[in-house]
Amino acid sequence: MIFTFLQIDLPAMLVGTLAALVCALVGNFLVLTRQSMFGDAVGHVVLPGIVIAYVVTGTTATWVMLAGAAAAALAAAGLVEFFRRVAGVEPSAALGTVFTAMFALGVVLLEQTGVARTTFDVHHILYGNVEAAIWPAAVDFSSLVDPQALAALPPQIGRLAFGLAVVLAVIVVCFKELRLVSFDPVFAATLGLSPRLVGTVIVALAALAAVVSLEAVGVILVVAMMVCPPAAARMLTDDLATQVRISAVIALASGVLGYAAAAFLPAAFGSPISLGAAGTIAVTAGLFQLAAMLFGPKRGAPRRA
Amino acid sequence: MPMACRWGPPAVPPTTCCEPMNVAAEPSLLAILLLQGGYNTVVVMLGAAALGAAAGAVGVFAMLRRRALVADALAHATLPGVALGFLAAVALGLPGRSLPFLLAGAAATALLAALSIHLIASRTRLPEDTAVASVLATFFAAGIVLLSVIQTLRTGGQAGLDVYLLGATAGMLRGEAITLACFAVAIAAILALLFKELVLVAFDAEFAAAHGFPVRVIDLAVVALVLAVVVIGLRLVGLVLIVALLVIPPSAARFWSNRAASVTLISAVIGAASAYGGAAISAVAPDLPTGAVIVLVAFAIFAVSVAIGPARGLLPRAFGSRRAAAGEAA
Repeated sequence: MIFTFLQIDLPAMLVGTLAALVCALVGNFLVLTRQSMFGDAVGHVVLPGIVIAYVVTGTTATWVMLAGAAAAALAAAGLVEFFRRVAGVEPSAALGTVFTAMFALGVVLLEQTGVARTTFDVHHILYGNVEAAIWPAAVDFSSLVDPQALAALPPQIGRLAFGLAVVLAVIVVCFKELRLVSFDPVFAATLGLSPRLVGTVIVALAALAAVVSLEAVGVILVVAMMVCPPAAARMLTDDLATQVRISAVIALASGVLGYAAAAFLPAAFGSPISLGAAGTIAVTAGLFQLAAMLFGPKRGAPRRA
Repeated sequence: MPMACRWGPPAVPPTTCCEPMNVAAEPSLLAILLLQGGYNTVVVMLGAAALGAAAGAVGVFAMLRRRALVADALAHATLPGVALGFLAAVALGLPGRSLPFLLAGAAATALLAALSIHLIASRTRLPEDTAVASVLATFFAAGIVLLSVIQTLRTGGQAGLDVYLLGATAGMLRGEAITLACFAVAIAAILALLFKELVLVAFDAEFAAAHGFPVRVIDLAVVALVLAVVVIGLRLVGLVLIVALLVIPPSAARFWSNRAASVTLISAVIGAASAYGGAAISAVAPDLPTGAVIVLVAFAIFAVSVAIGPARGLLPRAFGSRRAAAGEAA
């Protein structure tokens, strides 16, 4: 029991929870700057980048995949800006055009190059495959302090920890600037703080969070975690620092409870079915948001569009 | 539409492991485009064109009322409905892939999603884009959970649900294609009936309200039409990419004209051409998900429109055409 928990459940739970945490932290600023659909867009555009990177280099090494994903995200950002500013397309239409076209390109490349069934599965990129993270080196609880066993932890965990460290560092160091631009970009500009520059930092952090999480947990968990915990936290407080902390707690709770629901709930009822953990974690976060919207003290007055 | 050919693979038969029935005399892409690909292929392509036209026209109003990304959320929210429809059909002892069950389920959960977005955006202080993104994610995730349940059931036909993700013409029944085409034509008819009201509200909601037009009812009609397009498009284009058929043709059409009626008509033609061309390519290359091919054809038309569209295109603007200048001022 402990054995399977350490080898199978712990690493998967860790991957799901770390991804939830890194996405939720950035998500606070996406929600406040009206960029909630960002996770959805990035999740779709990186597919052709990953496929092209694999076809060109023939490897699925981490840095190759990350470079491909980052290049695709940059290309998409450039295209959206081009259609918006140069060609005058309405912003959300420009976004919708670019991310669907790039995802379609990725899907066609997957099939045409024949890697669809051998290396990548479009379903895993959409749905996530949290369960793929296993830790065969674990034997018992002493493995948790054994450097050799720890070094054999699934590589996703290292990547997610790196992403989390960067995101946390930037949020802590630049908190004042982020808060000012999120709530009052006009006032921020009069203080000589460029909303564009801070906005770029937010988008870059979100792209980093999406890229490190995507391959581990899939598009849908990234979208859910960038929106649901921050939205729930926003229903509970007016203070941004408190909101960020609450969103982190909700992300952690969603990761742990969601994974537990997927791994243990059906068995507890004696049912042979199995649930996808990425889905249950995202649904748990959605339920937290629903509860906060129904009962939170700061639901807020109706907003006129 | 010769443009469509650029995205097609060379018109050779698939080299590996094609299904037995495709081994004999594969018609070329050109022959298929000219409606010589066999009765079933023709039915599917015409059905696709009808859907594309309806989506292109509805998309104009969805975009003008800034509902483009709402459509994406509704599309993703059909997944739990498709899964529930499958489970309901199985529970009743029917084959899980019965189209009416799947589409009814899809429509039900998409409707619930539309309602949720409206409630979140109007009753809480969360902005609409947050409402859209959180509903999209939560509903789609619920769909994934249900799909994982279905995968462990001991009934056949689970694999058939895959086509609702990215669409497929392969394996589409003649009856299905005809049903979908009829729905698409019905949407076009409703659109034609409501055209004046839709245009008025889309371009000047305040003026329309001042003259006693029921703006909220018309807005609701737009959402209902979007929902209908999404549900009908599931089988052909798939829920991940159907939003493209609502967004790309209107965006492209804006480069060709500044008049509402013309933009709507051009958008319908572009939508029809994309779906028709995509379905044709998909008949030659059945391995490619049809939705992805249709979207790439649409994007190719969009790129051409951005470059040479007479109303706001880059080339006409660069060469100082008076109509383009007018478009820029408008």
